[in-house]
This record gives sequence, C-alpha cells and structure tokens, in this order.
Amino acid sequence: MRVTIDTDVCIGAGQCVLTAPEVFTQDDDGFSALLPGCEDGTGDPMVREAARACPVRAITIQDQGAERTGGGG
Amino acid sequence: MAQATPFPQDRTCPYHPPTGYRPLSEQGPLNRVTLYDDTEAWLVTGHAEAQALLTDPRLSADRQNPAFPLIARRFELSRREPIALLGVDDPLHNKQRRTLIPTFGVKRVAAMRPRIQRVVDELLDAVVAQGPPVELVAAFALPVPSIVICELLGVPYADHDFFEDASRRILRSATAQESDAGRLELMDYLGDLVDRKAKAAHGDPAGARAAAPAADATPEGVLDELVRDRLSDGTLDREELVRLALILLVAGHETTANMISLGTFTLLEHPDQLGALRADPELTRDAVEELLRYLSIADGLVRVATEDIEVAGQTIRADDGVILSSATVNRDATVYSDADDLDVRRNARHHLAFGFGIHQCLGQNLARAELEIALHSLLTRLPDLRLAVPAHELRMKPGDTIQGLVELPVTWGRG
Repeated sequence: MRVTIDTDVCIGAGQCVLTAPEVFTQDDDGFSALLPGCEDGTGDPMVREAARACPVRAITIQDQGAERTGGGG
Repeated sequence: MAQATPFPQDRTCPYHPPTGYRPLSEQGPLNRVTLYDDTEAWLVTGHAEAQALLTDPRLSADRQNPAFPLIARRFELSRREPIALLGVDDPLHNKQRRTLIPTFGVKRVAAMRPRIQRVVDELLDAVVAQGPPVELVAAFALPVPSIVICELLGVPYADHDFFEDASRRILRSATAQESDAGRLELMDYLGDLVDRKAKAAHGDPAGARAAAPAADATPEGVLDELVRDRLSDGTLDREELVRLALILLVAGHETTANMISLGTFTLLEHPDQLGALRADPELTRDAVEELLRYLSIADGLVRVATEDIEVAGQTIRADDGVILSSATVNRDATVYSDADDLDVRRNARHHLAFGFGIHQCLGQNLARAELEIALHSLLTRLPDLRLAVPAHELRMKPGDTIQGLVELPVTWGRG
C-alpha cells in the first residue's frame, strides 16, 4: 500500500489525524502530512477510514497490485 | 399534485430532526420541498448522496447567485455583499481559507486546551458560587466559546453583550432589515477594530493608544496576524478581512454554545448514556462525536446547482436550489445502526454535523476541544446536575436557524 496526500487540495480539516493518528499528522501550516515511515500506511486498518473521512478526497491509497499494473507506480 | 413538504420545519423534540422530514427520507434520498416564499428546492436526506453532492464542484455556495435559495425571509438582503468563506466558491474561498488553516490546525488547537480548561474552570467556579438554580446558557454554554473565540481573534470580550446581540439578530431576526442591520453594526465594529490594529501594527502612537484605551488593552490575536501579514502583502483587503472576522466571530460562538447546552440537556434526558459517560470519562471524545451526529444543530446546508447533475435517478437542473439536511443524513439507517438512539459508545464517524467538501467547518477541531472540556468538566464538577424545570417547558430555537435551547435552567445538590 502507498498513501499519498494532495496538499494543494487539503483544507486542513484534520479528519485524517482524528481518524488515524498513528499515520497522519499536520505540518506547522496545518496541512495533512504522513508521520515519518508511514508512507506505506503501516498496515493500520484506520488508514482507509481516514481516506474516506477526508472531506475533499485529498488522500489516495494505492494497493501494491494496482501499483504494479500502473507500471511500477 | 400534492404540495411539496415545507422546509425548514421546527423540531418538536430538541434532539430529533423535525418529524415532518421523516416521510421524505422514507420516500428516497432526494425530494422536492417548498420554501417560505413558495419556491421549490431539493432536499437531500441520504448520506451517500449528500457526500457526493458536497464534493461536486457543480454545486455552488455563492450567496450572490440570484438563483441561490433563501430558507428564511431574513436572508433576503444577503445577496448585497459577499459572505466570506462559507458564501463564496473556489478559487476565492480557497484563498480565504488558506489564510486561516494554520490557526485552526490540530496542533494550534491542542496548544489552546490548557487555556480552554482554565476558562471553563473559572466559569464553573462562578456557577458554583452563585448556587442553584442557574440558567446554564448565559452562565456557561455561551461564555465558554465566546471568551475562547475573542482571545483567539483578539476581540475584547468586554464587548460581548454587543456582538452576541448582533449575532443573534443576524441569525434569528424575523425580517431582512433587522438581520442586515445587525450585520452592518457588527461590520462597523470589526472595521474599527481592524483599523486600530492596523495603526498599532504600523507603530502609530495614536493608534496604539486607541488600541489600548485603558489598563484593559485590546488583546492581540489572529486578527492582528492577518493585519500584519495578509493586509500588508495584499492577500486580503480591508473589507474582506472584516467579513472574515465577522464569520469567525459569529460562527465561533453561536454554534458551540448551542452544542454545549443542547448536549447537556440531551445527556440529562438519557440517564443510561450519562451514567456510562460518568463511569468512564475516556468516553468523552466518542460522546462528543455522537452528540455532534445526533444533534446536528446546523441543519440545512444550502447550495445552488450551476449545471445539471444526475443523482439517485433524478436530475438536479442548473439553477435549482439544493439543501442538505445534515440532521436527517446523520440518521441514515444504512450508515448508522439504531440511528435514532443516542449511543456514546458508538464510533460516530463520517457524520455531516460539520458539513463535507471544501466548506467543511474550519473551526471543527476547536469546537471538539471546547465541547470535550466543557462537558467533561461540567459533569465532573456537578455530579448530580439535573433540570430545574420540566423538560417540556424548555423553549427551542425555530427550525430556520441554528438549533438549540433558548434557556437551560439547571440545579444540583439540594437546590
């Protein structure tokens, strides 16, 4: 799994931090960021819930399979 | 043809959506409703449809669009001037929001918690000193968020009688003239405040004196930062900054105040849930989230379609008004089991109490912090808190404004 955040879209609502605080944080400007080493989602089941909770769909989750189909992503 | 259901309607129970909306959600996720001026709009009551529509750029929040639906007579003058943040679309909305995102971020709000706790404790000291019975809206529910937003923005709390009354007139007046007069008075007041802050920022001694007329100096806050950083670099002009200040001040105290008082009442009316929360204060966070879902005090997110939109087998036409009933959406049985039951142990995620999409509440994390601290401290400090009057005597706010109780008389001890 690979988690990416589109910070141009992020509105700093903080739903990701609220839902999966072990994976997401906010930077000093209030925008969503991944905690160090959490780019693969760390297997936390709440990561998908966090993506669903994002009000502006700024979080994308790519599964390994899709990544391979996509040409190594 | 049968006349469409009227919107909005008054609640008959303070914590349930109006019973008149129930037949609509049973018919389907999207229905026609009639507004006060006999125009029609769509009312969205399904959770999936509401989320899809609130993230759809073909729905506009632009209050100046002549097709924008008005849900009460008081909004009839609202097209005169833009309403910052919640009444504008991207890219203007995005520019305004980005100036404020750091202020309301998770870390800044976490750093404010100790100060919020002190505000709450001092107000509860005064409540206890006064002794029962106490009217909890005036003594606690309103001053908590009012003091906090004043300190955050840099607005003198000493002026709270004025701006609380102006906010009440904006949000609850019967006529557009009264509502607009409240808005203009508040704009004038905040314009003066911004000018004083601008003078102080430029080291103008007269401005500095005006900003600090007595020992009780005008406090520094986010408005000072915006004046210093955003006014000077041209990101915001004076009028836009004043409009932003107005939205932050009004939205910053009216909504949370209603949640504190209505949340307290709702817990008192559900003794099993209140007992569970008292027995395990760790449940406070979940309880607040459930109360947000259950009470949905800002019921009726209003938009206008700018293009045709197909949803749930229906076509919303360009220029159609679209209203999303968050209170009904948050009772969607396909998302929440036993949705009409208050359950503080429920993990009430994905509710629309703060809206969804680009306009989702900017202050939601501050609101959560205030609600958690206020409810936990109130219940701890007054372990036998109870209503001082029968529940049916409590007056509710009408259906066309933020939902809540006008007053909440409570007692404790032998009172």
